[in-house]
Amino acid sequence: MSRYLPLFGFALLLALFGFGIWWNTQHDPNEVPSPLINKPAPAFDLPTLDDPAHLVSKASLLGKPYLLNVFASWCIACGEEHPVLMAEGRSLGIPVIGYNYKDQPQDAKDWLRTHGNPYDLVIADFPGRTAINFGVYGAPESFLIDAHGVIRYKHIGPFTPKIISQELKPAIAALAQETR
Amino acid sequence: MLSVHHILARACPRVWMMLVLLLAVGVAHAQAIEPLPFKDQAQEVRFQDLTRQLRCLVCQNENLADSNAELARDLRLIVFKLMQEGKTDDQIKQYLVARYSSFVLYDPPLQPGTWLLWFGPPAILLAGAGVVLVAIRRRRQASAAMEPPIDNGDDW
Repeated sequence: MSRYLPLFGFALLLALFGFGIWWNTQHDPNEVPSPLINKPAPAFDLPTLDDPAHLVSKASLLGKPYLLNVFASWCIACGEEHPVLMAEGRSLGIPVIGYNYKDQPQDAKDWLRTHGNPYDLVIADFPGRTAINFGVYGAPESFLIDAHGVIRYKHIGPFTPKIISQELKPAIAALAQETR
Repeated sequence: MLSVHHILARACPRVWMMLVLLLAVGVAHAQAIEPLPFKDQAQEVRFQDLTRQLRCLVCQNENLADSNAELARDLRLIVFKLMQEGKTDDQIKQYLVARYSSFVLYDPPLQPGTWLLWFGPPAILLAGAGVVLVAIRRRRQASAAMEPPIDNGDDW
């Protein structure tokens, strides 16, 4: 019996190795978990992309849930996400607000003109200071913020149709249940 | 025929050029990290020490002190600003942890999520020691059950 022990040990290591590979296909090891989930979103006061004189604050958006989508024209993954938002953004049933991150306003405007604008409103954070309060470390990132201004869900990286149907839509549905 | 002296004389300018180039690279790298108006040497040392303990979120194998990522530069400026406001190292770390989770700390804190990290290696070591102890005891019992070993005074 004991001569099968090495084989058993090898099988155990093999299983561990396989589990590691499986785990890494399910999880992005570079993903930084947000400590802000279920905490109030940081206060902000940012200009819209179209009119720098028009400031939008967190307080002015309270009252209904919305999706805040961090994007930039320089961000390649945002280009991947963009057609998905164009196709599915309207079907979410909540406003989608673009958060233009560290982008030249003209570049962002050109990008939206070329590829289409999936956003109900676009706010711009060129210095990226407010984004730090949101724990943003890249683009795209998306926050689902409820009617009380609390962050309920965050997605790091581009949305895919699968993530929208499996994660985002159920999260939005859960919010709708609460308010009813 | 070339003498050793000749070879050295020919090689040296190249060696010097390479050294100069290497130095230039070092200088260029040092300048990529912007100078900050520190109050004194002690504060600069404290800043360097603190930013070395913090992880850059973009290039995650780099610390804040070394990273050239734009976000790392912004975070260095924030660390500097908080220092000027008289915040302690712990308060500054807390500021970043509140936004980016304890992932920003190179030294992971002891909390439920890191128990495996902290206690895993000692647990595996103890388990290994247990296996060895059991094996030794079994072997001893097995040899005791058989005839006593011949002791001829030779340890070999």
